[in-house]
Amino acid sequence: MNKTLLIEAVSVQNWTYILVGVTFAIYIGIAIWSRASSTKEFYVAGGGVSPWANGMATAADWMSAASFIGMAGIISFAGYDGAVYLMGWTGGYVLLALLLAPYLRKFGKFTVPDFIGDRYYSDTARIVAVICALLVSFTYVAGQMRGVGIVFSRFLEVDINTGVIIGMLIVLFYAVLGGMKGITYTQVAQYCVLIFAFMVPAIFISIQMTGNPVPQLGFGGELADGSGTYLLDKLDGLSTELGFAEYTEGSKSLIDVFAITLALMVGTAGLPHVIVRFFTVKRVRDARKSAGIALLLIAVLYTTAPAVAVFARTNMIETVSNQPYSDVPQWFKKWETTGLITFTDKNNDGLIQYVADEAQNELVVDRDIMVLANPEIANLPNWVIALVAAGGLAAALSTAAGLLLVISSSVSHDVIKKVYNPNISEKGELIAARISAVGAVCVAGYFGINPPDFVAAVVALAFGLAAASFFPAIVLGIFYKRMNKEGAVAGMVVGIGIMLYYIVKYKFGWLDDTIPNKSEWWFGISPEGFGAVAMVINFIVSITVMKFTKAPPEDVQEIVENIRIPSGAGEASNH
Amino acid sequence: MTPQEKAKAYWKENIRYVLILLTIWFLASYGAGIIFKDALNSIRVGGFKLGFWFAQQGSIYVFVILIFVYVRLMNKLDKKYGYDE
Repeated sequence: MNKTLLIEAVSVQNWTYILVGVTFAIYIGIAIWSRASSTKEFYVAGGGVSPWANGMATAADWMSAASFIGMAGIISFAGYDGAVYLMGWTGGYVLLALLLAPYLRKFGKFTVPDFIGDRYYSDTARIVAVICALLVSFTYVAGQMRGVGIVFSRFLEVDINTGVIIGMLIVLFYAVLGGMKGITYTQVAQYCVLIFAFMVPAIFISIQMTGNPVPQLGFGGELADGSGTYLLDKLDGLSTELGFAEYTEGSKSLIDVFAITLALMVGTAGLPHVIVRFFTVKRVRDARKSAGIALLLIAVLYTTAPAVAVFARTNMIETVSNQPYSDVPQWFKKWETTGLITFTDKNNDGLIQYVADEAQNELVVDRDIMVLANPEIANLPNWVIALVAAGGLAAALSTAAGLLLVISSSVSHDVIKKVYNPNISEKGELIAARISAVGAVCVAGYFGINPPDFVAAVVALAFGLAAASFFPAIVLGIFYKRMNKEGAVAGMVVGIGIMLYYIVKYKFGWLDDTIPNKSEWWFGISPEGFGAVAMVINFIVSITVMKFTKAPPEDVQEIVENIRIPSGAGEASNH
Repeated sequence: MTPQEKAKAYWKENIRYVLILLTIWFLASYGAGIIFKDALNSIRVGGFKLGFWFAQQGSIYVFVILIFVYVRLMNKLDKKYGYDE
């Protein structure tokens, strides 16, 4: 390595140390300032968070390492099909705002199993809900801790496991000390960090490629090289030349795109760590407003990501396709050493052939590096490259903290307080909540260090489970007064059961010797999209069973009438 | 109106708003972005084919607008029935 390269490499690393250090100091400072002193503060931040603060916290809570690091990369390889994530992970907020958030806020307890248990007057329903909440949250949190480890190892050259442990300690500090209160205000800071870190490189690259500083417009603009060609036409042309499908067309079937989008939307609306955020605002109208603010803030990243995907893909193809391997830029070599870019010169011509045909393709690029390497590919200044690391950490930590709170409150509130020991004192419950948070961080860290092989597959499961269990049970609980415990429990159990069966059979291949062929999928729907089918089955089973069993008691029907009226939410939260 | 009648009338208007807004939600995403994508792709706006634009940009803008419209409608409705606070 020559001298200039060395200086450059060191200064990216120094920038990373500075930016990561400063942001971590801010998170810790906020945690000390916002210690929780009651269970109400620990579970729902005292219930007095402003709509803007809650909107920012929800946005950070929702946007994980996958949204920040993974999504633009996935889209840049999937083209049109990437729309399932873009629509699926934003459209769910419309369902949340219109069908769930205001009513759950009026109901005014601490957790999702609280609602299910009280509305369906049954500890069985409560326990089923707790199991779902734990399954969904643990699968999700393992991925976040792994994300923290990866960012640390790539940018600061520490071991992945050390990175996971540093991440665990930071989350432990503010989640255990501050509970929801600490998490809320660190998430507000983390939103600012992550959105700045995502937008700055995107704006730079948009100006470079199209001359337009707004990535959403540059996306559909003309190239800045004076050729008068639109960027998307250029990429469609490059893609077909290399034998790939046209970028703006997809390769998934219509019904599968439809089902995956629906499963992700409904799953989003049913995820407990997102739902509980709406328990933290003061009034019903604040819950509605903060859902809007959250989606607005999420949309900033989600409308930029597909633009970044197009910039990165065009840039990458132009930089490497048919270029001599001896001339590749420095970033190429750097990522090659991590094994995330591999080049094998199959025909020994010294050129890089990047084509769709597997037999002739010589280049394999891991899609996760598209966002991380993008600033380097575009030759952006070192501080911008370092900023991406701080942003990735903010995204992963904020989501991990939200999930850990769901896990710890499920144990301390839903299991210990509501079922096992109802006489536990306020102080005792708070201690139990903190101990469960510590336990949850340790389990999450263990999965981060020893990730199960099926981490990627279980993400589909997390959304599928949320779609198949919580969403129908909550919606029916609000909009169908006669829905009873028999119907709801039967619906959840059948919904989850069939979802698990489908994933185990078609995603893991555990029921046969191999993973069955796509042609055997029910209705041509992939395991990722099956949550939509499982949700419909839940609705049908719930309503059918309800018809043959007796109506819920009077007082439960009164609860339903009460949550439909927005006024009086303040008192409701004080019991 | 008795309190029960009032609550019923409020709920009915709320359901009407939700159904109208969810219809738009469906048309913008599943309609324009998925089912009618190919037909809309024959229309171009700048460098975008319209179906592709709805799938990767337009539907998201529509979602944001829908929630804020809902917030406004419901705040008015709350006031009309005296449920605002």
